[in-house]
Amino acid sequence: MGRSKLSQIFASVLVNAVYAMQNYPVTFISTLLSPLSILIVITFVSHGTLIGVGVVGALIMTMVSSGTGLQGDLSHLKNDFKLQDMVVSSPTKEATYIFGMAISEIIYSLPAIIVLTILAAIYVHPGVLQALVIVLIMGAMFAFSTVLGFLLSTFTSDVIQSWAFSGIVSLILTTIPPVYYPISYIPVPYQYLAYLSPTTYGAEIAQSAMGYISISQLNLAVDWAVLVAVIAVLFLIAYKKARWRDP
Amino acid sequence: MEGLVCKSIYKTYDGRVRALGNISFSLPDKGIFAMIGRNGAGKTTLVRILSTELIPTKGSATIKGLDVVKDPSAVREIVAIVPQEARAIPWLTPKQTIISYLLYRGMGYSEASKRAEESLKKLGIQKSSNKLNRLLSGGTKRKVLVATVLASEAKVIFLDEPTTGLDPISRNDLWKLLKDLKDDYLIFLTTHYLEEAEKLADKIGVIEKGRLIAMGTMEELRSKVEHQYSIRILGDSNPIKTRKGVTVKGIDGTYQILTSESDAFEIARELIKKKIKFSTNPVSLEDIFYYLVRKPIDEDSGVEEGGWR
Ligand SMILES: Nc1ncnc2c1ncn2[C@@H]1O[C@H](COP(=O)(O)OP(=O)(O)OP(=O)(O)O)[C@@H](O)[C@H]1O
Ligand SMILES: [Mg+2]
Repeated sequence: MGRSKLSQIFASVLVNAVYAMQNYPVTFISTLLSPLSILIVITFVSHGTLIGVGVVGALIMTMVSSGTGLQGDLSHLKNDFKLQDMVVSSPTKEATYIFGMAISEIIYSLPAIIVLTILAAIYVHPGVLQALVIVLIMGAMFAFSTVLGFLLSTFTSDVIQSWAFSGIVSLILTTIPPVYYPISYIPVPYQYLAYLSPTTYGAEIAQSAMGYISISQLNLAVDWAVLVAVIAVLFLIAYKKARWRDP
Repeated sequence: MEGLVCKSIYKTYDGRVRALGNISFSLPDKGIFAMIGRNGAGKTTLVRILSTELIPTKGSATIKGLDVVKDPSAVREIVAIVPQEARAIPWLTPKQTIISYLLYRGMGYSEASKRAEESLKKLGIQKSSNKLNRLLSGGTKRKVLVATVLASEAKVIFLDEPTTGLDPISRNDLWKLLKDLKDDYLIFLTTHYLEEAEKLADKIGVIEKGRLIAMGTMEELRSKVEHQYSIRILGDSNPIKTRKGVTVKGIDGTYQILTSESDAFEIARELIKKKIKFSTNPVSLEDIFYYLVRKPIDEDSGVEEGGWR
């Protein structure tokens, strides 16, 4: 029998995004609004001066939250419903399942991405090259956070454990890093803390591309190098350590 | 052709918990097999190993000649499982549940949709097709999962306690359905309903503390116990003393005489004379099960290196 990989990817998108939104329309509104709340705070506090940085930051953060979402959803589907057990013993391969689930997170965030893209067109108006950099950074953040989310999900066996992990991760990835504002706003000793999170490097690249901050070429190269290295290492660990079949 | 062959499977969790020891048996490629055993006996562990979710510590198994340890991808093409703790995802409808599973099996959407409807009909739950799973009763949710794997093209189906939570009528319906399938499928199920195993299965395995202590057709299992007939005294006293067979006190406090068919006849006459109510039957799987699992393990044939538990 011919089996279609596309069907297998589509299955995850249906289960985790399309059917969920179709059957619970409120999820649609909630994802639509989720990036807006912090954006509104940033805009008010900065008297509107940071709205551009904020919109770019929100785009990046939406991608990062795909990973946190993925971790939660994978754990949930694996531990609470045993969907993953059923999929493991089906013709769907591990990578296909994870890829499908990752895509489902993007589909789920689509309403937010569309709204933010419209806001970006109004308040950021990037050139083609600048838009390309932002999209690249969004892609990198997505890759980074989903691989991390997947890795963590394979080590959690129930929902409480999963929450504990995602609490720590979201502190490091989303609270400390200067995504919605330039890093210079953070007092110096804390800046070092911020550089512990890959999100900071991504935000720095995007902010410099938009001219919100100015950093040296060397600095920019280092940012890219760190991002690429982190993603590569995580992929490697995921490839080596992730558990599909139980040991 | 051999459908399923277990070759001395051992499983020890985390290097400590011994769940399975030296499980070996084989099954034809069609028919219904039921595994019974107490809580924690190792049924789920075995089913998860056979359906390629869990790696055994030692040993292996083949399904239609394909090795579950060395060649799991090939096995996954032909098997499907409803895990013991699987739950229908609450935000999907039964139809969506089946469609998505079939897509995971690589089917196209329209074929999946067609098969989903057929399967829901077969299980008699087509009326609930488009309600959310979360609104269905526990038993219907269970049926949705069975409908899900039966909708697939897999011909080797593992059902880990499929009828837990089903009402007697639904359970009978499912038995009927599974019976109809047994000419085409190999169905491997676990159950705590001994009646289910007895009525449904072509072959029955009894697993106790990780070891397969009996295996065979109902007739073969019966021959494992010395006595083929059971007389159950209704009431809680033991009115007659007989040396023809053994008298045992059941866990419910009633007395039961296990004996041969001809002696059963005589004892029955005596009971009738004394106007004592009783029922007589060939020994049931339940009788055999009690007989087997109460027997100390080391009386049993296979002795492991270092002993087993
Ligand atoms: N993931 C695990 N880690 C450690 N021990 C486990 C694990 N899963 C099962 N066990 C242990 O292995 C043994 C067999 O468990 P298993 O779930 O296979 O039994 P079972 O026959 O299916 O029982 P039940 O009828 O209650 O479902 C038990 O002692 C159980 O505690
Ligand atoms: Mg079990």
